[in-house]
Amino acid sequence: MTDLLTLSGVHTHIGRYHILHGVDFAIPEGQTTMLLGRNGAGKTTTLRTIMGLWPASAGSITLAGQRIEKIATPEIARLGVGYVPESMAVFSDLTVKENLVLAARDGAPDTARLEWIFGFFPALKKFWLSRAGALSGGQKQMLSIARAIVEPRQLLLIDEPTKGLAPAIIGALIDCFAELKRRGATILLVEQNFHAAREIGDAVLVMDNGAIVHRGGMADLANDIPLQERLLGLSLEAHQ
Amino acid sequence: MTIVPHMTDVPAQSASEPLPKQPRDLLPLLLPVLLALAMLPLIGSGSTWITLTVASLAMGMMIFIMASGLTLVFGLMDVLNFGHGAFIAVGAYVATLVLLPLASWVQADSLWLNLAVLAPAALAAMAVSGALGLVVERVLILPVYGQHLKQILMTTGGLIVAEQALYALWGPQIIPLPLPTSLRGSFILGDVAIAKYRLLAMGVGLAVFVGIQLVLTRSKIGLLIRAGVENREMVEALGYHIKRLFLGVFMVGSALAGLGGIMWALYREQVHASMGNDLTVLVFIVVIIGGLGSIGGCFIGAILVAMVANYGGFLLPKLALVSNILLMVAILMWRPRGLYAVTSR
Repeated sequence: MTDLLTLSGVHTHIGRYHILHGVDFAIPEGQTTMLLGRNGAGKTTTLRTIMGLWPASAGSITLAGQRIEKIATPEIARLGVGYVPESMAVFSDLTVKENLVLAARDGAPDTARLEWIFGFFPALKKFWLSRAGALSGGQKQMLSIARAIVEPRQLLLIDEPTKGLAPAIIGALIDCFAELKRRGATILLVEQNFHAAREIGDAVLVMDNGAIVHRGGMADLANDIPLQERLLGLSLEAHQ
Repeated sequence: MTIVPHMTDVPAQSASEPLPKQPRDLLPLLLPVLLALAMLPLIGSGSTWITLTVASLAMGMMIFIMASGLTLVFGLMDVLNFGHGAFIAVGAYVATLVLLPLASWVQADSLWLNLAVLAPAALAAMAVSGALGLVVERVLILPVYGQHLKQILMTTGGLIVAEQALYALWGPQIIPLPLPTSLRGSFILGDVAIAKYRLLAMGVGLAVFVGIQLVLTRSKIGLLIRAGVENREMVEALGYHIKRLFLGVFMVGSALAGLGGIMWALYREQVHASMGNDLTVLVFIVVIIGGLGSIGGCFIGAILVAMVANYGGFLLPKLALVSNILLMVAILMWRPRGLYAVTSR
């Protein structure tokens, strides 16, 4: 299996703060890799650095054989990287339709693909012409994800999609990610919800203090509770 | 360990929940209407009221044309362009290069000849102001993105340099710019006189407003501008170069300021180098009243400023100098982020 994305010795500074301290990992093509870790470990910074929103101060980032750490965010997006930020960042003043029209760079959104997305997120069809700002938190998250997948992308970077959402909506998101995986998408997903992570992930990376402290299969971590406690600080109650 | 139920077994509820109704915020829209109606008994004479109201609308449209570019530049890239007035003055001076040599066409008693000289003058004013916008954005603004203090220093400096350059090129004297013959005088309806040029100014202002609204709501470029005003980082993450978009908006905004410049110069029938400086304060008040980045707010703000100037000037001439500031204070006490605050700013 070839690696689609490789980070090697990536350091990131934000102002005078040194956030990433030599991040190394590889994301295999066609797999869903979960990026876990406690708050402040550097997960969001890692995604933003890949996306070019914060520049890497050292190290290399390679996407499908091409170095991308020095190129601008729009060019990275046009290489086929879809990004769902933690804040969702839907355009509140625009309608659901207009949000998706902007996300479809190659012309109008494809009708068949839209119907496929509506299959997971029927709310988007119902509120197609409503302002995105009026949607609920869960519906905004659906729109944010729909925006990233409205056209096929070779890599999806998704930051804490289940944060603050009701279990029913988390279920719809998990279904969507599972279907994307079946279609061969490569996903790097930051997640704090271990139950969701366990359902979706093939591989897992754990970060702490701006570096990767564990890499392996998701199943191995899911079955090794002492390891979870050591890496993630999960207590036994979290599994009950 | 208990088994967590498979979460997809639970039906998604979101689709069945009704979307909270978004009430249309019509209050700012009603403000100019209410203000005009409230002035009617104070002014007394119906014909004077109509004349003042038409004058306010015409003046408001011209201020809107000048301020529309500034609000988008402000909203889209957080750029404080204190030099916006330079484009207004340059537009007016460039127009004299066409209108003064062709004075015989301007003075001809033929609407077509008058328009045949006005149209190229307006196009030249817009072209030169737009091109100057390109230079200013690349040379003065690009190095200071995200640094408000430096933006103020650079653009204020740019305005001073532009003003002095106009003095050096055209001299310190005020240049008279007479209105074309067919736009002089008024239409008389009963005992109401409505100046022809004011009607033209209202028509052009409305056309610019409708044009901007159509672009912003019906085209992909417009969607990108609105999205960029809200969250420029996300626009970039979707694969669009926001700085190229911004350069385009900056140039169009500068060109519109140039158009506003020629219209204002014809309204006042004179051109002078300090007009840009004088109008900068006015357009900033309009942009702040309207809500940074909001074209609709800018439109209403411009009409309100013009109404306060015209009604205030008639009723309380002594208050005319501070009326705009008082209006801004009142609006900001009511809505601290302007009439139509752009979401998430």
